[in-house]
Amino acid sequence: MLTDLTIHELAARFRRGDATPTQAAREYLDRIAALDSKVKAYLTVTGEAALARAAEADARFKSGTPRGPLDGVPLGLKDVFCTRGVRTTCGSKILEGFVPPYDATVVARLVRAGAVILGKLNMDEFAMGSSTENSAYFTTRNPWDLSRVPGGSSGGSAAAVAADLAAATLGTDTGGSIRQPAAFCGNVGLKPTYGRVSRFGLIAFASSLDQVGPFAKDVLDAALMLQAVAGHDPMDSTSAAIPVPDYAAELDGGVRGLRVGIPAEYFIEGLDAEVEAAVRAAVETLEGLGAKTESVSLPHTEYGLAAYYLIAPAECSSNLARYDGVKYGLRVPGARDLIDMYSRTRGAGFGTEVKRRVMLGTYALSAGYYDAYYGKAQKVRTLVQRDFQKAFERVDVIVAPTTPSVAFKMGERADPLSMYLNDVFTIPVNLAGLPGLSVPAGFTKSGLPIGLQVIGKAFDEATLLRTAKAYEAATRWHERKPGLAE
Amino acid sequence: MSGAYEVVIGLEVHAQLLTRTKMFCGCSTVFGAAPNTQTCPVCQGMPGTLPVINRRAVEFGITTALAINCTVNADNRFARKHYYYPDMPKNYQISQYEEPLAVHGHLDIEVDGAARRIGIERLHLEEDVGKLIHEGSLETAQSSQVDFNRAGVPLMEIVSKPDIRTSEEAGAYLRGLRAIVVYLGVCDGNMEEGSMRCDANISLRLHGGELGTKVEVKNMNSFRNVQHALEYEIKRQTRALETGERIVQETRLWDPDKAQTVSMRSKEFAHDYRYFPEPDLPPLNIEPALIERLRESLPELPAARRQRFREVYVLNAHDAEVATQSRGLADYFEEAAKDSSNPKAIANWVLNEVLRVVPGDDEKAIRSCPVKPANLAGLVTLIEDGTISGKIAKDVFEKMYRSGEDARTIVLREGLTQVADAGALGAVVDGVLAEHAKVVEDYKAGKKAALGFLVGQVMKATAGKASPGVVNSLLAEKLSKL
Repeated sequence: MLTDLTIHELAARFRRGDATPTQAAREYLDRIAALDSKVKAYLTVTGEAALARAAEADARFKSGTPRGPLDGVPLGLKDVFCTRGVRTTCGSKILEGFVPPYDATVVARLVRAGAVILGKLNMDEFAMGSSTENSAYFTTRNPWDLSRVPGGSSGGSAAAVAADLAAATLGTDTGGSIRQPAAFCGNVGLKPTYGRVSRFGLIAFASSLDQVGPFAKDVLDAALMLQAVAGHDPMDSTSAAIPVPDYAAELDGGVRGLRVGIPAEYFIEGLDAEVEAAVRAAVETLEGLGAKTESVSLPHTEYGLAAYYLIAPAECSSNLARYDGVKYGLRVPGARDLIDMYSRTRGAGFGTEVKRRVMLGTYALSAGYYDAYYGKAQKVRTLVQRDFQKAFERVDVIVAPTTPSVAFKMGERADPLSMYLNDVFTIPVNLAGLPGLSVPAGFTKSGLPIGLQVIGKAFDEATLLRTAKAYEAATRWHERKPGLAE
Repeated sequence: MSGAYEVVIGLEVHAQLLTRTKMFCGCSTVFGAAPNTQTCPVCQGMPGTLPVINRRAVEFGITTALAINCTVNADNRFARKHYYYPDMPKNYQISQYEEPLAVHGHLDIEVDGAARRIGIERLHLEEDVGKLIHEGSLETAQSSQVDFNRAGVPLMEIVSKPDIRTSEEAGAYLRGLRAIVVYLGVCDGNMEEGSMRCDANISLRLHGGELGTKVEVKNMNSFRNVQHALEYEIKRQTRALETGERIVQETRLWDPDKAQTVSMRSKEFAHDYRYFPEPDLPPLNIEPALIERLRESLPELPAARRQRFREVYVLNAHDAEVATQSRGLADYFEEAAKDSSNPKAIANWVLNEVLRVVPGDDEKAIRSCPVKPANLAGLVTLIEDGTISGKIAKDVFEKMYRSGEDARTIVLREGLTQVADAGALGAVVDGVLAEHAKVVEDYKAGKKAALGFLVGQVMKATAGKASPGVVNSLLAEKLSKL
C-alpha cells in the first residue's frame, strides 16, 4: 500500500515509475473515505483538487521534470492555514463559511514544491487546547486507541499521519501543539525556531509564540517538510533572514561526541512512571551511540506555565478581536444595535475555552493590571530564555519527556488546569523561541506511544534532526503502526 | 478674555502621509476611489495576515521630526491600541505608545509680533481607519456600510505640550505645522478633506495654580473652526468656573452650525485601550546614518525662508509671511524674482494679483496657475522698461490668466505698447496744443493745472498707449517754446 510509505519512499517509487502521484492520491482518498469516520481527522477533504494536482505531478514525472522530494506527495494541513478558495474554519464556528482569497506562505511553498493537498485537519478552536475536544465541529480520535484523544491543538494533523491518512501534515505549535500530539500519536513532530517559518496566512493565536512545523512518519520526512517551508518571507516581518541549511544532507552525522543535557526540572512529581522510564532508556541509547550526557538546570521551568497563560491569552484577546460579524464568517442576525451584534456573534461563535482565554487576556492587559500580569509574565519569559542560554553554553541539545503522560481518555480532563498541565514541558521552549522536536520513544504496556523531546539552540534544527535520526535508527519505534483497519 | 484664569491648550495633530502605499501593505492611498477597491486581505484585517512597515512612511516621520526639532528614538516600536468599531478592521489600531518615533521637539510661532516657543511632546506613526457610510443620518440609519479604502493609510500624530495659551496661538501653531509638513512634501495639509486633523485639549487654571480638568474637543475641520471652538470653550469654562460649576472631564464635539461644543461622552468612563507591543513587528531600529541622510536632505523650512526673503528680496515682515505661507507660493515668487531687477515689484504682483486668482495655500492650484512665474517676470519687465503702463499691465495679466500666453505676445498682438517715440508723439502733441489754444494760454498765464488736462488729451488721442513720462517732457518742452 502506498499509504504505508514515508515521503522519501514514495518519492523513490515515483522516480522509478513504480507508482504515480495519482495512484498515491487515490489510495489516500480511499483510505480517508474508509477510515476517517473512525479517526475524524479531516474537517474538509479536497479530493477533486487533489486529483487534479496529482495528474499535473504525473505529467512532470512522465516528462522527467519532477520538482523535488515533495512532488506528487499527498499532504494534509491543519485548518489553521488559510487556503485560497478552500474553506478555513480554524476549528471555530465564528469562521464558518470563510473562504480565504489567499494562501498562507507555507501552503504556497508546499504547492510550489508539487505537493498534493488532501484536505484540512481538525484542531482545537483557534489552536487553544490539548485534545481537539475544543474543536467546534468534533473530537478527533487517537488511532492507537479510539477512546483516547490524539492530543492538541494539532490533533487532526497528528492522527492523520499516525493513521496513514496523509504522508505528512503541517501543524502549529504555540505551547506544545505539535510536539504533544506527535508524542500522543507516535509520530515525529517538529516545532522550528520562532522566525524559521513564515506565519503569513497562519490564523494567529499568540503571535509571539506561534510557529509552523511538520508531522511526519520519520525524521527524514520531517527534514524534507521543514526544508520546503522554512526561510524568510517578506510578508512576515518576524521571519528570520537566516539561510536555511540542507537538513537532509546533515541528517546522518550521528551523535558521537554530541553534548546532551538532561534538565533535572523535567523529572518531577506527576511524571508518568512509564514515560520517565522510556526517556531514561532513550538517554542510555544516546550514550550508547557516543553522546556525552550531563545534567543541566532550567530553574525557572516551574514559572513557565503561569507566564504562558498570561502572554498567550493576552495576545489571543487582541488577535481574536477582529471576529466581530462585520466583515466575514458568522454574524448572528436580529441585533438591536452594534454592541448587540458584537455580543451575539462572539457569544455564539466562540467556544468556552476561547472565551475563557479572551477574558483572561483582556484582564491581563487592562489598565492597572498590565504591570502585575502581562508585564511580569514578560519578565519571567526573559528568565526562561536565560535558563536555556546558560544551559546551551554547556550542551548542544537538551532531551526531556515531551509530555508528563501519554494520551488520556476523551472527557477525562474537564478541569482546564489539569489540561493546561499537559504542556508543562513544551511551553518553556515556545517562551524561549527555540526549536523542539518529539520523536517516538516506545510504548506503554497498554500500547500507547511515548514521545522524547529534543530541544536545540535557536536556528539549529539540523542538530535536533541529526540527534533524532540517530535515535530513530537505533530504536526503530517509528515502524510500529496502529492496528486500525483490522 | 479669561481674566483671572490662564488657558492651557495642547493640540494633537494627525497628518496623512503622502506615501504611494499604505502603512502596512501595498495598497494605493489615492483619495476618492470607488469603495473598497483599494484594499487587500492585510488592510481588511483578514485572518492570518501580517503587517509590513512602509519604510517611506518612517522616513517621512523622521524628516518631520527633524524639522520640528525632535529627537528621533533609535529604538522605537509599534503597539496595538484596542477598541471596537466597524471602521477598524482588526478592532485594534497599530500605533505607537511607549516608544514613539520621536520626542521632545518645539515649534516657534509669532502672534502680534511676539515670538513664542511651543513644545512638542512626541511624534508617532500609526494607521488610519476606514469610513462608515450610513443610510440616512447616524441616528435613524437602517444600515451602514464600511469603506476600507482609507484603512491603513499612514498617519503621523504630532502631540504638542500644553504650552498654548490663546486661540490665536493655536492658530499660529497649526499654520506653522501645516506649512512645515507641506514644505516637506509629507502631507498635503488639507484640513477640509481630512488629510490633516486636529483635536484639542483645553483647561483653565488660576494663574500659577494647579492644572484644571481638561476637556477634549474634536471635529474641527478647519483652522478657523479650531480657533472658534477654543474661544467658545474658554468662555464656557470661564463661566462655569465663575459660577462654581464643576468642569467634567469629557470629549466635546464642535458643531460649526450652532457654533458651540457639544458633549460626546464622558471620559470618566474612558476606553481602556489595552496597549501592548505589536508582536507581529520587530522593534524598529533607526540607523543614525539614515537620520543624518534625512537631516542633510531637509529643504529650507518656512521660518528660514521668511527670513531670507526679508534679507535678499527686501520684503517687509508681512509680505515675507504671506509669500512663504506655502512651499508652492514661495517657489513661485522665487522663480519669478530670480532674474528680476525689482523683486519688490514681483512681490506686489504675486501678493496682489496672483493671490487674487489662486489660494496661496493650495499647492496644486499654484503649480497649475496659467500665469507661469517666468511670464509674470516678463510682464513686470515690460512695465519696468516702459513698454506698457502699469494700468495696461493689469489687463494684460487678466489675459495671461485666461490664455496662458506670455505678456509680450499679448502686448504685441493687441498693440498695447506705450508710444514712447518722441518723434511719433510730437505730431500728436502739436495737434493737441493747436486744438486747445485757450488752455495753452491759461497755462502760460500761470495755471499749471492745465498741464494735466493736456496730458490727458494726448493719452486719449493715443488710446492710452503713450508713455506718460515722454508725454510730460514733450509737453513741457513745447510749451516753453511757445
